[in-house]
Formats: sequence, C-alpha cells, structure tokens
Amino acid sequence: MRAFQILIDGFAISALYALGATGFTLIFGVSGVLNLSHGAIMVAAAVAAWAAASILGVGTYAGALIGVGVALLMAFATYFAVVKPIQDSRRIPNEEKEIFVLTGTLLWGIMIQELIAYFFTNNAKTVLPIVEGVVEILGVRTPQNEIFTAIVCCLVIALLWLLVNRTRTGKAVLAASMNPRGVTLLGLELTNIYVVVWAIYGILAGIAGVLLGMFLGVSSYSVGPLTASAFSIVVLGGLGSVSGSLIAAFVVGYLETLTAYLVSPAYRTIPALLLLVFVMYIRPQGLLGRR
Amino acid sequence: MNKALSLRSAFGAAATGALLAASSPAFAADPIKIGVIAEAQAIAGASIPQAAQLAADEINAAGGVDSRKIEIIGYDNHSSSADSVRAFQRAVNEDKVNVVIASYISEVVLALEPWASRLKTPFVTPGAASNEISKSVHADYEKNKYTFHGYLTSAALALSVCDGAKDLLVDKMHMKTAVIMSEDAAWTKPLDVGYEECLPKIGLKVLDHIRFSPDTTDFTPIFNKIEGAKPDVIITGISHVGVQPTVQWKNQQVPIPMFGISSQATNETFGKDTNQAAEGVLYQGVSGPGVAVTPKSVPFAENFKKKFGNYPSYAGYTAYDEVYYIADAVKRAGSTDADKLVDALEKTDWEGTIGRVQFYGKDDPFTHSIKYGKGLITGLMLQWQDGKQSAVWPKDVAKVELKFPSFIKLSN
Repeated sequence: MRAFQILIDGFAISALYALGATGFTLIFGVSGVLNLSHGAIMVAAAVAAWAAASILGVGTYAGALIGVGVALLMAFATYFAVVKPIQDSRRIPNEEKEIFVLTGTLLWGIMIQELIAYFFTNNAKTVLPIVEGVVEILGVRTPQNEIFTAIVCCLVIALLWLLVNRTRTGKAVLAASMNPRGVTLLGLELTNIYVVVWAIYGILAGIAGVLLGMFLGVSSYSVGPLTASAFSIVVLGGLGSVSGSLIAAFVVGYLETLTAYLVSPAYRTIPALLLLVFVMYIRPQGLLGRR
Repeated sequence: MNKALSLRSAFGAAATGALLAASSPAFAADPIKIGVIAEAQAIAGASIPQAAQLAADEINAAGGVDSRKIEIIGYDNHSSSADSVRAFQRAVNEDKVNVVIASYISEVVLALEPWASRLKTPFVTPGAASNEISKSVHADYEKNKYTFHGYLTSAALALSVCDGAKDLLVDKMHMKTAVIMSEDAAWTKPLDVGYEECLPKIGLKVLDHIRFSPDTTDFTPIFNKIEGAKPDVIITGISHVGVQPTVQWKNQQVPIPMFGISSQATNETFGKDTNQAAEGVLYQGVSGPGVAVTPKSVPFAENFKKKFGNYPSYAGYTAYDEVYYIADAVKRAGSTDADKLVDALEKTDWEGTIGRVQFYGKDDPFTHSIKYGKGLITGLMLQWQDGKQSAVWPKDVAKVELKFPSFIKLSN
C-alpha cells in the first residue's frame, strides 16, 4: 500500500521536475546560458494564472493560458534585455561573458521575485486545478489533478522530443547545440535559432509553473528553491543533456518522496543534495554529460 | 542641537496646529510616536499596520491624548529578523518613536527583545506566541522589562485549543484520538509541549506527532502518514504555512477534520487565497467577524473591513487594542518617558476587542504576557463555513453548528 503510494506520488512530482528542468537544460545545451531566473519565470507564470483566474475571474483554462503567455514574454524579456546585450557587448571580454550572464540572470530573477512580492504579497498562491476530485488507483486515493499533472508533463516532453527530432526547426536547434559555427556556415541565422529555443523554454517553464501552482502552490519564496532544484537536476543529469535531466528528475523526485515517506518530511531534500555532491566527486560531468 | 530640534518641532507643531484648527481638533504638543514594524506582505501580518493606523485615526479624531496626536510610523520587515532589527534601530534613533509595536513572528520578536532593552524603548508584540518572550522578562526583569507580550503565549494557546476541543470534539462528537501536525518554529515548541500535556487530559489520545519544515511545499506524505494513524482529528499548529496545506488537504480529500492554530486562516483574505479550500477548517482566534467578544469587537471589525476591504487577521485585533492601551498608559503616566510608560503599561486594565487586557506581573513566570482566563481573554474557535468565518465556541458567542465538507468522514 505504502509502496504504491510512493510510486504514484513520486511519479507526479518527478514528471513536474522533469518538465521544469528540460527547458533549463535545453537553453544551456544550445546557447550555453545558465538561466538563474528560471524559478522566477515559473513563479511568475503560476501567479499570473492565479491572478487571472481568481482576481480577474477569466476562468481556469484562460487563466492557465495567460500564465503560459506571461512565461513566454518573460523568457523573451530575459533573452533580449539581459542575455543578448551581454553576449553582444564588446566591452565584456568573451571569457567573462558566462559569469556576466550568470550574474545578470540571477539579478533579473531577484527583481522579478521582489516585484511579485510587492504586487501580490509573498503568500503562497494556489491555482484552481483544471480537474478536481479524487480516484482510487491500486487502493491509493489520488487527486485527479495529480494524474492530470503527470499526463500533461509526459505529453509535453514527448512533443518536445518530436519537435527536436522530427522537424526542420528542431534539427536546426539540435545542430546549433552540437556546432554553432557549423550552423552559421550553413547559412542559418544563429540568433533566430536562439529565439526559437527561448520560446520553447518559455512555454515549458510556463506550463511547469502553472502545473506546480495547481499541484502544490507557489509563493515568491519558491523562486530560489525552484532555480536550485532545476540546477541540481540538470547538473546531476549532465549539463545540456535533455535525457540526462529526465533521468535525474526521476531520481531526485523519487529520492525526495522516499525520504518524506520513510524518514521524515522535514529532511525531504537532503538525500538528493548528498547524491549530487557524491556524483560530482566520482563523475563531475553528471550522469549523461558529454565532456 | 537640542535647541534647534525643539525650536523646529515647536514650529512644526504650531504650523500643524494652525492648519488643523479649522477642521479637526487642535494638537498643541509633540505627537506620541508609535513605530509599527510588521510583515506587511504576509496574510497574518498585513493587518497589523492597518489596524494600528485605524486606532490612531480614531483617537486623533477624538482629540488625541492630552491634546497630543498619535502618529504611526510604519516599517515593512519582509518577515525578516535582520530587517526588523534595522527598522527598530531606525525607529528609535532617527524617527524618535516612543513605543514600538512589532511582528507576529516569534523569531523576529525574540531578535527585537534585546534591542528594546538596549535602546530602552517599550515594545509590544501583537501576534508572536513563544513562551520565551515573557520568560526572558521574568528571568531578567530590570533589563527586559521594556518588552510586553500583547498576545497569548503558546502555552495559553494550547490551553485555549484544548478547552475548545473538549466541548466541541470530545463531549459533542465523542472523538477519542488525535495527531498533532505543527511547523518547526520557535512558537510551536512550547505549543506542542502544551498540546501533548492537555490533549490526553481532555480525553484525546495523541497517536502521532508530526513536525515539518516551514519550507514544506508538498504535504501529500504528511497527510498520508496522518491518515495511516487513523486519528479522529488533526490538531494543527501552523502560522508560516497555511494556504498550501489547506489546499492540498482539500484536493487530496483527506477525510479528517483540522482543528487548532492556523494563523493565516484568521484573515478573511484566506478564503480567496485558498480558492475556498478553507471550507470546514477550524481555527483558534481571539476575536472574529461578527463575534461580540466585547462591545468593541464588531464595530472594529466592520470599520476595518470598510476601510481595507477585508476582515482583519488575529494580529489586527491585538494591534488595534495595543494602540489604545498604549495611549491609555501615556495618559496615566502623564509622559512618554520609557520607564514611566513601562510602569503604566504594567497597570493596564483595558477592555479591548479581544477581551479584558491585563499583564502578568513580575513574579509570574510569564511576566508582561496578557492574562489568560475567564473574564479576561479566553479565545474562541471559529470555522470557515460557506466562505465566511463563523464562531462555533464558546457557547455564548457561537453563531452556528459545526459543518464539514462532504469528503470529511467523521468516525462517530
């Protein structure tokens, strides 16, 4: 009984982690950017969905769409207002650009977080779920919302796989991640590819944020922990490797759920962080890292 | 410097007096300055500065204190102890406040207590609960006498919950077992000790005790663990968290009622914040909408709602009362001198919105904490019903019977 419970709860949370981390790792894989405003964009999506549905009263579906739309806008804002100016700058030496992007996105994230706290308070917000009620699965009373979350996450990840591997745009993205210079020699504009990648990222982060808001709820305090969890999942899986991140998301999700059930909910995140340290020692490139 | 300052303030006061003479009461002397340091962005804390301002406006409209105006100076502490300490220093050293009202978080209040002693400034908290606040006053009275605990201690809160549970859960609904679920924070340590002691006495066997980190976002394992123990009721001790456990309790349809301290549930905005998942939640309060604890309670709650759009959290009631009894103490002391004010505050006997406020004396272990008991402050139990907060205990203020959402399976 308890085993089934862990299996079901762990799956939903892992799928959500996977979706959140996929966009994060994709951006790094293709453009070498570690976007530390990731958590802020997810929270902004959830808060926008909440505000649209609960304050403006536009309904659950429209609220969710608005949430994803806000994340898309924020992703573009992050790219055009923060990342691109740093990458294009001639005054910042090339070898320092990475650290500038890290600092820039971190500060950008803090700005978004403070704005959310200022306008919407730092209280937790929960987005009204699209499906309500519970069903019994293998004797475990499971909220339908939890099943919905898991299904949407898996579907979106599958769509992403199709997009990357089966479409022309996707192949260009893949090529850019392998050899950016080669792609430009083929006559493709690198900036266009980056815009596509940031758009995909925005949509993924938006969906993950809105689902998180429905499943567990978010507050402006969640910004740091969300960025940190995406970061550790991606590092564990191997920076830039999408499949590595997927595996790592499930490892972390199940490890947390097991700890919460079998040890104590208070120590939930500790074993996953210890595992991260351990992996860094024996395999610094992560589980499926390339280098 | 002093001369310049007094000249300037005299000029300021004269100018203010001239300006106000036409429409409102004329204030001759310096204002009485009250610094209000609070969690303006949190559900429970947001009501503190609002209620304090409301009280000051009322007192000023009635002529102030000995024709001195009450001035509220607000500071948002972002729920941080460090920010609160900086605000306290600024309030005393730069803004020259006479008294400070601060915070509903015990960690913050415990960080401010030594500063009240160092800067010799009377300080009252409207919402923190840790026993340590007033125990420190008892342990070193001469040093810490500037701190007043204007809300019930955790020990008294546990008693209040147990008193309510005995009538509502044990006698009426024949419940026999409970699981305690509390966040890991300074205020819940003595609360849990109190719960463990008083629950068995009223006939509720404690089957398990779950303490969780206030950072917890996923409450599924916690509720599943509680359900596994098959208790009749979950006794809560939550304040930093509130929205997430309540929403998840509803979404997961946990069939066990929640009863106890749930600070966020005391604010009317909680209904919207949880998309009405609060339905059926039972929480302890010192007052509530439509509950005539004293003749002052209902008018205050209504005026507050008229001005700010929602009914106040528990800390709104206490903050409102505090401004009034501070004004009363200034009047009795005839001065804003810190030591004289402390003496006057100790003699407080004020009927406020939460009951009759008196402080325990020097010899009591909870020196400077408000007295708990019949005829003073007893607290009440309220329940979220049909999107509203309704009193269900004690009998003399109860408006409605207990009512639970359909997913709650009462074992008796």
